[in-house]
Amino acid sequence: MEKEVLAILENILGEDLSNQMDDNYFDNGLMDSMATVDLVLALQDKFGINVPVSEFDRSKWDTPNKVIERVKELADN
Amino acid sequence: MVNFFGNAIPNLQPYSDPQYFVYLLIAVMPLAIGLYYGKRFKIYETIFSIVFIVLMFTNDKLGQGVALIAYIIWQLLVVGVYHQYRIRKNNSLIFYLATFLSIVPLSIVKIMPTVDHGAQSIIGFLGISYLTFRAVGMIMEMRDGVQKDFHWWPFLRFMVFMPTISSGPIDRYRRFEKDYDHVPDRDKYVTMVGKAVQYIFLGFLYKFILAYFLGTIMLPEAKQMAISAGKGLSWPLLYVMYTYGFDLFFDFAGYSLFAVAISYLMGIETPMNFKQPFKSKNLKEFWNRWHISLSFWFRDFVFMRMVFVMKKRRLFKKSTTYSSVAYVLNMLLMGFWHGVTWYYIAYGLFHGLGLMINDWWLRFKRKHLKWLKPNWFTQGIAIFLTFHVVMISFLLFSGFLNVLWFVKK
Repeated sequence: MEKEVLAILENILGEDLSNQMDDNYFDNGLMDSMATVDLVLALQDKFGINVPVSEFDRSKWDTPNKVIERVKELADN
Repeated sequence: MVNFFGNAIPNLQPYSDPQYFVYLLIAVMPLAIGLYYGKRFKIYETIFSIVFIVLMFTNDKLGQGVALIAYIIWQLLVVGVYHQYRIRKNNSLIFYLATFLSIVPLSIVKIMPTVDHGAQSIIGFLGISYLTFRAVGMIMEMRDGVQKDFHWWPFLRFMVFMPTISSGPIDRYRRFEKDYDHVPDRDKYVTMVGKAVQYIFLGFLYKFILAYFLGTIMLPEAKQMAISAGKGLSWPLLYVMYTYGFDLFFDFAGYSLFAVAISYLMGIETPMNFKQPFKSKNLKEFWNRWHISLSFWFRDFVFMRMVFVMKKRRLFKKSTTYSSVAYVLNMLLMGFWHGVTWYYIAYGLFHGLGLMINDWWLRFKRKHLKWLKPNWFTQGIAIFLTFHVVMISFLLFSGFLNVLWFVKK
């Protein structure tokens, strides 16, 4: 699953993030609102998890590792 | 308007003069002492809030006060009934209807002056926009299923939170409630009080010194000079542009600092509204630093939702079309929100197109100008350009061009 998340991120951001798992991609300008929507949609497609855009608290989704953590959490529910 | 109270009861507009702070700080003192000892005096806080809100609407503002009460009842009904419905069902049409009903009063207030020769609607009051943002945000979060409960008293407390009632910053219900339910520990509260003191003094500098000097002394003179210089581009017009732009910033940023400071004293961490906007290197960054609580509100509740819906339905072929369309619609809506006049709408359109061009440039740079590494020179140019694009947009926003070009003298 980690690989799948990383593939999704690479697809959206155009960069392989596997060596920057804890870097904040909002701060370095890679991720923006548009990319956020892409991420939410891709996660919905791939894992069937629903993240409302108004629920998207950036501080909980701002690194690859955090995304993986959230996906695990939400997939368990 | 009949004056029921005579002049025995004063009218206090929030943060309008230094004297207001004397009253406010004395009244907030018991709350601060309580919070220092780990207690939130909820009854005292309610009385304190009601008194200061009532004092905003005394004497000739009484009509506005009545409008505020009617407005609050309206929003309680709309949000409350939608909540009852949302527990059982989730039809899109009902969601749109609830959102529409929640926006109706604000729309009337904004459209009325345009269709009725500048007459102000009687249902308007100071702060109606900011209250509307809070109510609509609530409805959208209920729709998304992240806001599950609704209690009228906490909702009311959030809607009319005294420090931010008239001009924001626009907080979010769940964030606000979390602060309200938890008294900060002593170390944290002492830090908040320290910040509050700093913000109040910075606010004094911004609002009562700089904005006073720029707005009351320099701007009228600059406008006179520009009008005598004629309708075209002139040096005095540039002078108006800079003076107005800085006045707008210092006035509003000062006001927001006061609102945040008083919130901190009450143990609520209302979000900051400005983060040194004039050092932004592009327009996108500017909107992350200017009137932040508003632009984030639009980002989360308008822009993101719009992009989400459009992408889900695969409306366009090119992925960049989504952001372009969403930028322009989002900023146009923000323009309309300021008021239905050509210059507010033009201001919105200007920023929508500006963000579109900005995005296009960022993509172009990433693709074709990889060798271009940021240094002090390129960053200097970027800041200079962004600053001037913003200043031109503020000149448009000021409505002065309307006076200069279209008002018969």
